[in-house]
Order: sequence, then structure tokens, then C-alpha cells
Amino acid sequence: MRVTQGTFSFLPDFTDDEIKLQLEYALQNKWALAVEFTDDPHPRNSYWDMWDLPMFDIGDASAAFMEVKKCREAYPNHYVKVTAYDPSPNRATTAFDLIVNRPAEEPGFQLERTEVHDRKMNYTVRSYAADKPHGERYQTNGK
Amino acid sequence: MADENGKAGQQQLEGEKRWGAGVIPYAKMGYWEPDYVPADSDVLCCFRITPQNGVDPKEAGAAVAGESSTATWTVVWTDRLTNYKRYQAKCYKVEPVPGAENQYFAFIAYNIDLFEEGSIPNLTASIIGNVFGFKALKALRLEDMRIPTHYIKTFHGPPHGIVMEREYLNKFGRPLLGATTKPKLGLSAKNYGRVVYEALRGGLDLVKDDENINSQPFMRWRDRYLYCMEGVQRAQEQTGEIKGHYLNVTSATMEDMYERAEFAKEVGSVIIMIDLVIGYTAMTSMAKWSRKNGMLLHLHRAGHGTYTRQKTHGVSFRVISKWCRMMGVDHIHAGTVVGKLEGDPAMIRGFYDTLRLDHIPENRAQGIFFDQDWASMPGTMPVASGGIHAGQMHQLLDYLGEDVVLQFGGGTIGHPMGIAPGAEANRVAVEGMVKARNEGRDYVKEGPQILKDLAKKCQPLQVALDTWGEISFNYESTDTADVAETPTPA
Repeated sequence: MRVTQGTFSFLPDFTDDEIKLQLEYALQNKWALAVEFTDDPHPRNSYWDMWDLPMFDIGDASAAFMEVKKCREAYPNHYVKVTAYDPSPNRATTAFDLIVNRPAEEPGFQLERTEVHDRKMNYTVRSYAADKPHGERYQTNGK
Repeated sequence: MADENGKAGQQQLEGEKRWGAGVIPYAKMGYWEPDYVPADSDVLCCFRITPQNGVDPKEAGAAVAGESSTATWTVVWTDRLTNYKRYQAKCYKVEPVPGAENQYFAFIAYNIDLFEEGSIPNLTASIIGNVFGFKALKALRLEDMRIPTHYIKTFHGPPHGIVMEREYLNKFGRPLLGATTKPKLGLSAKNYGRVVYEALRGGLDLVKDDENINSQPFMRWRDRYLYCMEGVQRAQEQTGEIKGHYLNVTSATMEDMYERAEFAKEVGSVIIMIDLVIGYTAMTSMAKWSRKNGMLLHLHRAGHGTYTRQKTHGVSFRVISKWCRMMGVDHIHAGTVVGKLEGDPAMIRGFYDTLRLDHIPENRAQGIFFDQDWASMPGTMPVASGGIHAGQMHQLLDYLGEDVVLQFGGGTIGHPMGIAPGAEANRVAVEGMVKARNEGRDYVKEGPQILKDLAKKCQPLQVALDTWGEISFNYESTDTADVAETPTPA
């Protein structure tokens, strides 16, 4: 399966040049870029791990892209995303987010149903990856 | 009297002449006050008035001010037991409407103490209460209102607002995509849930009950909720995204609505929906319920066309938008420009700005008569629905921007390859168009080419473009701005 979180997940994965153009757009808007990674892409996982602090003071797309590259190299089998943060008044939230790396195999999710009463169902979505502890997920090629 | 229609004739009377029993013109009772300087805390209204033949526009404006505040048809001495100068609304300006015969814009100021805090029912009972049936006028339209921040701050506002909704749904940087389940009436609960599931797994973010889906013999509400949630949950499992279906809780009584909303919460829905026809009190109650229960609240503007569409009589939709943001809804249908329903581009822009921005300056070309400050009240997400399709994506992004739910009902469910491919076509088109915009391309001009290029890698989009091509609904708008100068694009 393909996790379709992020602003552009229905498009083919972006090339490095395409990623840089998006970083450029964020910087033109004075949005701060940040890189995050995770091995649990559950839709309610709000807190991916931060690759260093948001780059509030980096105004150069190439420099920001270096951080994307470093994170991808450090976590080649994780989900990595770059987010643009819009600090403007009454906004102060993510402006867009772009997944820039995925594990080779995306195991996806399981929907657990618990039948309760009066035909009601309780649902839980579970990441298959989370069956294994941190550090052991997506390690299919012995890495 | 020689001076009856001159300035002298409009002056406020004093003493014996003012308070003697009988009928005197509203203007002379103090409802016309051309020298009045509105206070920052006043509620201001701009009405379009069409007086009966022979009625002076200033007197007509004064009559509207009178009837929408303290006045009755004759002098009453009990006014003198009140601080009447404070409570009388004041018509302070009357302007002819450019290009229209015997129509005037009347500007009226209301003291804030006339209105109960946090109550749209109370505000509207005054402002649009009796006065729209007033015999001295042929027609009357409430064009715009300036709500002072003093009053704004007494309102609840959207249960979540645009920013919180995006964080809650974990969706940023592009318009959200929705669809209304079709056919709107007649599907059984199980078949209905199928449409929800297919549209969401295919790529839409949200699916919607239609305004008239409540609890009919062919599908009762509880059954619908259960099957829709199965569809929503399955789609979340398939995509790893948050998905939602607006469960319409509109019903005959508040007790029924609360029951349905509680059940929607129990089965894990992120969003419920109400129709405008439930009324302002019920809307405000549901706004409070939604904030308390962490539920997004979608409003379908069912019925508004009866009073918003014609220029000379009724209430402009920008005023309805303002009231809805104040009462508190997270979504509101506000027009598409290019779709099947009424919508002049400049007017729609005015509605969208009113719903989304924190400060909106006066802009007559967009029908905005006053500066409006929202004092940081969160924005309401406009929803564009009705006759739109993937082939218009560049225009939709240009006209409506990013904070909008684009709802492709027919444009998803009517796709020749099926519902999920229909959804995929829309999702690829919107993401591809945002990408092109961010890359600095002239996406409005190049839009058709951008879509063609995207379609090379996405067959469902190719089929969508082949099916609907450049279909659009080009009819003349009835609700347009009347301005003297040629509007310049912002």
C-alpha cells in the first residue's frame, strides 16, 4: 500500500529538483522548513521525530535540502517528510508537508473491529509496523 | 409644507411637536441624523431600499432605522421613560445606487446595547425582524453589516476553525476534497455506505450527506451512520489518512439532533452536519455541542437562495456568512463561481474573504460596505459544491484558494470508471495544480496543459477530462455589485 498523507502523495515521488522547488516556495513565503521522520505512520501519529530543530534561520533552499538528504541517508527505511511552518498571526501551523522518503515496503494498517451492542462497532486502526519495537521496523534486507 | 422634502423637513423635532400624540415622520422623530458619527462599538448596517413612489429616501431610511430599533407607527410618551436617544437607530447616510432607478443605500447605526450578547436570534430579530414587510417600501435588502469587535467577542465562533480542522485532519497545503453522496435520495444504508467507502479510498478527504438526507423510510439515520462509519474506517485503513463523512443530524427537534449527534460521536465520526433551515438558535446550540465534543460542524446553506439571490429584496449571503461565522460553524457552502449555482466571482470573493480572513477592508466591487475586524475569531472553511469537476481545477484554485473544500459529487460518482477512480482523478488534479502553482508556473493560463500532462500518468484523470472537458455553467449572475467606478482587480 501507499500511505497518502502529505500534500502531494497522489503524485509520483518528487525528484530532488522538484523537492527543491517546493522548498523554494516555502522560503519565498517566509515559512520555516523542518524535517521529520518516523517508523509509525499511523494517521493519528502527530509527533514524528524531529531531525534537529525547525530551520527558522535558513533562507536558502539548497541548504535546507542538505538536511533532507542527511535525514534520508540516516533513515533510508523510514518515512521522512519536510514541513513548511507558517508563523503568520491567526495561522501558526503547517503550510504544507511533503513526504520525501518511504520504506521500500509499506506494510500499511489493520482495521480491528470490536462488535459491541445494538449493531455498534468499535474500530481501531493499527500500524502493522508497530508490531515490532522501534529500531526493528522495515528491516527486511538485514540492515 | 414647502420644506417637507428638503433638509429642514427631515430635522428632528423637539418638545411639544415631538411628543404630541399622533403620527409624525420617522425622520422627525430622530431616526435620520446626517451629522451622526458612528461609534466604534456601533453595529452598522447598509440596506438597499426601494421606497414606494413619493416616499423620500431619507424618510424611508429613517423608517427602516425606526422599525428595526425602537419605533412604532405613532408617537408614544413612554419613550420618554427611556434613554431613547441612545436606543434609537440612526440613519446617517443615504446614497443612490449606481445604475439603478429609485434604489438607495441607507446606512444605519445601532447602539450595541440594543443587542443581547452572543445571540444571532436577538440581533436578527431587530435587524430583519419586522422591517422587511414594511408598507412604505417596495423592497428592502440587507447588503452588509459591520459587527464591532466589542460584539464579535461575545460570540462563540467556529467550534474549531480552519487551522484546528487542518491539524485535526492532518491535511495541509491544498484544498480539501469532498463529494455529496448521490443519488441524494433513495439509497439503502448499505449501498449508501458503499459510495462513501469508494469515494474516500479513491482519494477524497470527506464525503457528505445531502441536505435532505435525514431519516426517511428508505434509510433511517442510525443505519446510515453505522454503514458510513464502516466505509470511513475502511478507507482510513486503506490509505493511512484521516477520513470523514458529514453525518447530517438535521431533524425535527433539538432533542432528536442531540441524540443523532451523540451517536455520531459514539461511532467515531470526526464531523457532523446541519442545515441552515434548522434556524439560528438550533445552529448556535449545535456549535456549542460541537466544540464541547470535539466534532467538526458542517453547515449546508439549504434555503438561503430564497432570500439571498435577488438584489432588491432579502439578505445578502455575505451577511449570512458573517452570522454563521459568529454563531460558529466550521464549514459553510459559499459558492463555486464556475459551477451550477449562482455566483458572481467578485461577490463570491467577498463571501470567502468574510469567512476566512481576520480583517476585511471595505470593497464595494466585492459588495463589502464596511471594514470588518474579526478580533482573531477563527475562520470558517468555505465549501464549493455543485457542478464542478477536475477539468476546472486551475480556475477553482485561482478563484477559491487553498482553504476550501472542493466538492465533486457528480464529478466523482459519475466517473465512467467508477467512484474510486473518479476520486483519484480529482485528487491527482488538485495536487498537481498546487504543485505547479508552488513551482511558480502560470497555472491559470497553463491549467489545461498541466491537467493533460498529469493525465498521461493517471488514466482516471484522462477519462474525467474526456468526459466533462470544459463543461461550465455560464449564466448571467443576478447578485452582482453595483458600483460607480470600474472595479480594479485586487
